[in-house]
Amino acid sequence: MQFAKFVVTRLIAYVLVIWIGITVVFFVPRFMPTDPVEAMLGRIMTRGAYMEAEQVEAMRATLTQAFGLEGTLMEQYFGFMQRIFVTREFGPSLSMFPTPVNELIGRALPWTLGLLLSSTIIAWILGNAIGLLAGYRSRWLSSRTLEIIAIFVYPIPYYITALILIILFIHINPIFPLFFSIRGDPPSLEFISSVIYNSILPAASIVIVGFGWWVLSMKALSSSISEEDFVYFAKLKGAGEGRIMTAYVLRNAILPQVTVLALQIGTIFNGALITEILFGYPGLGTMTYNAVLQADYNLLMGTITISIIAVATSTLIIDLLYPVFDPRIRQR
Amino acid sequence: MRRTSPRLTIGLIILAVFIILGGILPFLSPEDPRDWIRHPRNLPPSAEHFLGTTNLGQDTFWLLSYATQNSLFIGVFVAFFATLIGVFAGLAAGFLGGSADRVITLFADVFIVVPSLPILILMSSLLQGRASLLLISIILILFNWPWPARQMRSIALSMRERQFVNTARFSGSGTVQILAEEIVPHIFSWAMANFVNTVLVAIATESGLAVIGLSSLEEATLGTMIYWALQHQALLGQRWWWIGSPVFAIIVLFICLFLLSTGIASRSAERRGHGDA
Repeated sequence: MQFAKFVVTRLIAYVLVIWIGITVVFFVPRFMPTDPVEAMLGRIMTRGAYMEAEQVEAMRATLTQAFGLEGTLMEQYFGFMQRIFVTREFGPSLSMFPTPVNELIGRALPWTLGLLLSSTIIAWILGNAIGLLAGYRSRWLSSRTLEIIAIFVYPIPYYITALILIILFIHINPIFPLFFSIRGDPPSLEFISSVIYNSILPAASIVIVGFGWWVLSMKALSSSISEEDFVYFAKLKGAGEGRIMTAYVLRNAILPQVTVLALQIGTIFNGALITEILFGYPGLGTMTYNAVLQADYNLLMGTITISIIAVATSTLIIDLLYPVFDPRIRQR
Repeated sequence: MRRTSPRLTIGLIILAVFIILGGILPFLSPEDPRDWIRHPRNLPPSAEHFLGTTNLGQDTFWLLSYATQNSLFIGVFVAFFATLIGVFAGLAAGFLGGSADRVITLFADVFIVVPSLPILILMSSLLQGRASLLLISIILILFNWPWPARQMRSIALSMRERQFVNTARFSGSGTVQILAEEIVPHIFSWAMANFVNTVLVAIATESGLAVIGLSSLEEATLGTMIYWALQHQALLGQRWWWIGSPVFAIIVLFICLFLLSTGIASRSAERRGHGDA
């Protein structure tokens, strides 16, 4: 019963997150002081494209349709929702006409998910493991040194870490390539190794910052749990150090860490977007950025909508994994 | 004797430096540091130009102080309103309970999950780099009130059952009086810690948007400074003073704010530990 209730509330929240997120996206262009169609036209014109008067009119009509600005606000809203949830079509890309936006996003999404998932999982596991050790052995000199390092690393935003890595490892010591370049075709070894080679720096910038946070929070949690009576009792009972650390301290400390991970996905995603742009990594972030530069409204709406859905879905998945860590929800 | 926390001390000292840099120095500036071609371009640091000059002929030092002022302003403005709204929403949710609680909690959870950056990018792209700092701040407030609200709600829930609140209630105090006299002092230091932390988050988000050229390009913030440096190939040209100054300033400022917020939080936790345990 407990479990069913847990799943249902999470699912309701999931639907609401997407609905409210998309609604905000719907209203932003409509409540801007500038006319979005004219703004986009202006952007296209400043890119130097010369257009005849009729072409401008045709472009204006296309854009009005792309923004869904025909009809009353209610009609527009339902049309917008229908396009996203029923037909799942964002139309053709305006800058890479006539490639459908869906196809472009389909190409970029695996890159973003791959980068985000691998770096978040590495940071979470590594940070929590080291934080656990540091909290359990909080009097060790290495634990305290580690905490000080984490304090200095965690508050720095992703893009600053990314910039520092770019300065250090691309410009001063050119170990990594200036431009993102992939060689070979998907299944080959050459392809995989070039993907890893090109992704090390973007992933590192996300791992370093995340790592700092998980070490700090895990250390605080595990050092306070280590002083609880049941841990003391386990020691008196003669349980081994390793067993106390995993079965007693870790089991309890890991729960809030899972909850926080679910809450942080949106923040991590924000950071990853800018990291991608700085490195030219071919994911959703870079694609969103190019869409802005090229005034490709269809593509922009597509990437932003998919971003919201992707973040909401990742959060849901982590939430649904929670019972794996917490037997109280699983067994009742 | 209470020992002073080293985190707070270090944090406050660095903060003082930034307040001088961003709060006082911009008014003493001999020029509008945003103007282009006022000085020879790409000078190394010298007595006349502390941090050299940019490729656009601006004095890096005065530009930095000007940018710090704007970034601090955004941070404080967003943090003030986000904390204010968050604290009241959280207290309302915790004390009223029922459907008010459910609605507030739901909205808070939704705004925590929805990623703010894509929405800011959409907005800025429509405003073509003319998004005012005020508009960006308002969006940031919208995405930052839920964190204090969540925390405040759980504090309110636990406090509803606390001894001193019941004592006040039985001695005839009304709800507003209880809030003002018993609860606000109790949560004040917590709200301060959250305020400082939100200053950090707001500056970080605005700078992030600015680094990719989507904040207000007409104003100088720490992020737009990095953007112009990147646009003018400060990296390839190895003009480390130009790109390095805002990067270094952001790092030091954020470490300072983080030290302050954790310092305040742990000090109030200690005090509570001695107080009503």
